[in-house]
Amino acid sequence: MPAKRIIPCLDVKDGRVVKGVNFQHLRDAGDPVEAAARYDAQGADEVTYLDIAATLENRGTLLELVTRTAARVFAPLTVGGGVRSEQDFVALLHAGADKVSVNSSAVREPGLVDRLSAIAGAQALVVAVDVKRRPRAQGRPQEWEVHVAGGSRPTGLEGLAWCREVAARGAGELLLTSMDRDGTRAGYDLELLEQVCGAVTIPVIASGGVGTLEHLAEGLRFADAALAASIFHDGKHTVQEAKAFLRARGIEVRPS
Amino acid sequence: MSLGPARPPGTVALVDYGAGNLRSVENALREVGAAVVVTHDPEAVRRADRVVVPGQGAMPACAEAMRRSGVEAALREAIARGAPVLGICVGLQILFEAGEEAGGARGLGLVPGTIRRLPAGVKLPHIGWSPLRAAGPLDPLLAPLDGQYAYFAHSFAAPADAPGVQLLADHGRPFCAALARGNLFAVQFHPEKSQAVGLSFLRRFVGI
Repeated sequence: MPAKRIIPCLDVKDGRVVKGVNFQHLRDAGDPVEAAARYDAQGADEVTYLDIAATLENRGTLLELVTRTAARVFAPLTVGGGVRSEQDFVALLHAGADKVSVNSSAVREPGLVDRLSAIAGAQALVVAVDVKRRPRAQGRPQEWEVHVAGGSRPTGLEGLAWCREVAARGAGELLLTSMDRDGTRAGYDLELLEQVCGAVTIPVIASGGVGTLEHLAEGLRFADAALAASIFHDGKHTVQEAKAFLRARGIEVRPS
Repeated sequence: MSLGPARPPGTVALVDYGAGNLRSVENALREVGAAVVVTHDPEAVRRADRVVVPGQGAMPACAEAMRRSGVEAALREAIARGAPVLGICVGLQILFEAGEEAGGARGLGLVPGTIRRLPAGVKLPHIGWSPLRAAGPLDPLLAPLDGQYAYFAHSFAAPADAPGVQLLADHGRPFCAALARGNLFAVQFHPEKSQAVGLSFLRRFVGI
């Protein structure tokens, strides 16, 4: 088993880092390349950019950002947001992304997952899944509903079934975000993580809700990697501190 | 092999066979001072002081692209004339005789053995940082990697007893993480994405 990964995530809009709560109320949080280089220096195991605006006009801005980042950051770089086609996917890989994540477009056209996986191998394709808890019906197991378009649109898809489907179609990893927890700093949705990690055999990256180092440790009981934003952006903790904390809890992490 | 006196980096031919992310390898080689020529031209491979065969994608497609472009012959010549050659990820896998990916692939046959899928029962692909350990006495180029974590992203791997195996890693089973045969080196991990550990390795490679 590889070491558990710590992945700082940078939500990017118009070439800048932004951070919101429940995908809303965005505020500027700096230059992505500087932040990525800082996390690289701190020993982050990977850096993720999610282009949350992802308009067609901004594709050039994103590609240029990836190109600049890849020239300075020698850790794996995952980029997602607005990837609609093979061309978008390949353009990001060629700009220097090591992995590309897709979300809405996979829901719209599940066959895209198969096709992207065939281009550069499953290990280059992350499928991002944003889910929200459904009201729990009496006597029924908890369910989560998949949302797309930056969390703004419910799809009717059941979360676990969708995770299984994209894994079978060739996703190399799942980036699983609890919309209920995103930005709340209340911790990961552990029930969700346990369910999904038990349902698929591809690595799962936990996302949404980290507010403390304890939350990272909780999520990594199930997930292979922990994605977090605000605890690192706000300077509350460094990646080194996070890893020292996890190591003290007996969780294998790479020295940084 | 004996490393001998360090030479200036000179030119590194980075073989482009169409798929995947070459940019990361190119950036990392430039970072350590190499003059990189990204190419699918056999002549450029013949002229280069060193050759790097990166890899992303599937072994069958990569091996086929190398044959079709004529780069395979140029690569064999580079190895024969003693130029340092480095295969990365699928660039390691295509050196072997065969692979079981995508219904079966014929490799370049430079190293005996077959590339097999990592076993079920562990998460696949193997994505992330795993520790490297020595399989025996180490070549000076690879020795500093013993005990270090390197970044992997793959589902298929060479056997732990591959000819020339130097470093092992584990994922479901031990597998060949690095090999050395004379001036031919190959690694299953991604040195270009393994931060300081990987850059140091590439710096040593371009200084052989």
